[in-house]
Amino acid sequence: MNTPPIIEFDRVSKVYQSGGGPVTALLDVSLSIAAGEFIALIGPSGCGKSTLMRLIGDLEQPSSGTVRVKGKTPEQARLDRDYGIVFQAPVLYEWRTVRRNVELPLEIMGRPPAERRERAMSLLRLVGLGDFGDAYPHQLSGGMQQRAAIARALSFEPSILLMDEPFGALDEITRERMQTELLSLWSSAAPRPTVIFVTHSIPEAVFLADRVVVMSPRPGRVQRIVPIDLPRPRVFETRESPGFFSLVTEVREALRATENERVEV
Amino acid sequence: MTYPAQGAPGGAPGTLARRALPIIGVIATLLLLWEGARLLFGLSEQRLPSLGSIIETMFTPTRGGAGPLLIVQMLANGWATFRVALGGFVIGGLLGFGLAVLFMRLPVLERGLMPYVIGSQTVPILAIAPMVVVGFGRMGAPPWLAKMVVAAYLTFFPVTIGMLRGLRSASPQSLDLMRSYAATPFQYFWKLRLPVSLPYLFTALKIAASAAVIGAIVAELPSGAREGIGVMILNAAQYYNSRPQALYLAILVAGLVGVCFYGLVVLAEHLIVKWRA
Repeated sequence: MNTPPIIEFDRVSKVYQSGGGPVTALLDVSLSIAAGEFIALIGPSGCGKSTLMRLIGDLEQPSSGTVRVKGKTPEQARLDRDYGIVFQAPVLYEWRTVRRNVELPLEIMGRPPAERRERAMSLLRLVGLGDFGDAYPHQLSGGMQQRAAIARALSFEPSILLMDEPFGALDEITRERMQTELLSLWSSAAPRPTVIFVTHSIPEAVFLADRVVVMSPRPGRVQRIVPIDLPRPRVFETRESPGFFSLVTEVREALRATENERVEV
Repeated sequence: MTYPAQGAPGGAPGTLARRALPIIGVIATLLLLWEGARLLFGLSEQRLPSLGSIIETMFTPTRGGAGPLLIVQMLANGWATFRVALGGFVIGGLLGFGLAVLFMRLPVLERGLMPYVIGSQTVPILAIAPMVVVGFGRMGAPPWLAKMVVAAYLTFFPVTIGMLRGLRSASPQSLDLMRSYAATPFQYFWKLRLPVSLPYLFTALKIAASAAVIGAIVAELPSGAREGIGVMILNAAQYYNSRPQALYLAILVAGLVGVCFYGLVVLAEHLIVKWRA
């Protein structure tokens, strides 16, 4: 990692004011992410992993410390449309056809209709929805809707992809297929976007990421960073390899350590 | 026997018959109850006129034989009421829409003005209509304008409330999405808040449709009005003892105006909100 970091957290804390007093969602987080890296954020509920992601996207602002995205403030990065975002729910606009949902960001950015349409259709084909451009979201299954949401996030070729438990609502079989599809989308893009992928699933984090950031809750902190040196391209057999199992165990141990620490405190 | 009214647009031809059946069934039942009650309780034509005599009344000429048939006169007046209600509906709808957008953008205004908006609807329309009609008349405005204003007065309220609710119903994540695209305030409105609020708007418009017709009819009641189904109702009520059929007929036509208006809104909803299953 000799390239300068694309995302940098420097002693970042985030405190929410709630009815029961201030809640520290993130405490003193420092982290740097290289361009083109695939980062998985994992940890129990309340560890601040979604908050971390939202700080990158300028959907929330830090209470202290600084976040830099491509050397800029997150706000400037957002205004420059440097990132695409995918949530756990597809959040497709139900009054738009699938194709026009994928076109939405391009429409807002003022791209010409013909270009929009072409780009949307080629992305829909890429995610296996080539025949569903004219369908409305409610006519699609959950997995298909999430594919459309991914196509929408990729439509304007952002250099950063923020994904907040994007496969969390899918069944296990669909989920594993989507993981493989996501990796092939990611690796075929040139240049590869930087992916920040929030998840609850240990195997998912290990299968996808270059590095797994293990976080601990109350207050949210980075507990450990586990590098994943599994060879790419990662395929079906990757999940059955001994290396995969030992890394899953390593991440699991790191997560358990966060539990123990909390009990001791 | 009732069938659930399954609103599947563009269904098979069989579904049309299936949807018409309950309507026909209800009408037949009502007619049977009407005539049955007359027979069972021995009601005279004066107490509850027979269906036959009401139909007969439809085809009696007005003005001692010189005017058109009563049903034609009723329908012509119903049409006049419909036009006034439609005008008031458009004015009130735009006003309600504008207020909702204003309140959404400036919550301070909402807190300040909402009590008056609500208050305006607790004053009986019967008290306000004559003031508007007479007041506008003195200013030399055409009578239809005053009637439209009364219809608009009843229309804007449900539209304001429904639309405001709709404008605020965009999910936090759909708003985050717009933020991530660095959308302009107008794009937030046009591409997200407005389409999200359309189902709410149409629910409000359906309520407003019947309210507009009521408003138009009430505005026709103050003395001096010369056309409209409200005038027909007043006239028929005067002769109720000697000829009750005319009042029933006027009520039927008033109901028909309301149902047609409501149907128009439903039709517009089907054409515009077509993404709903």
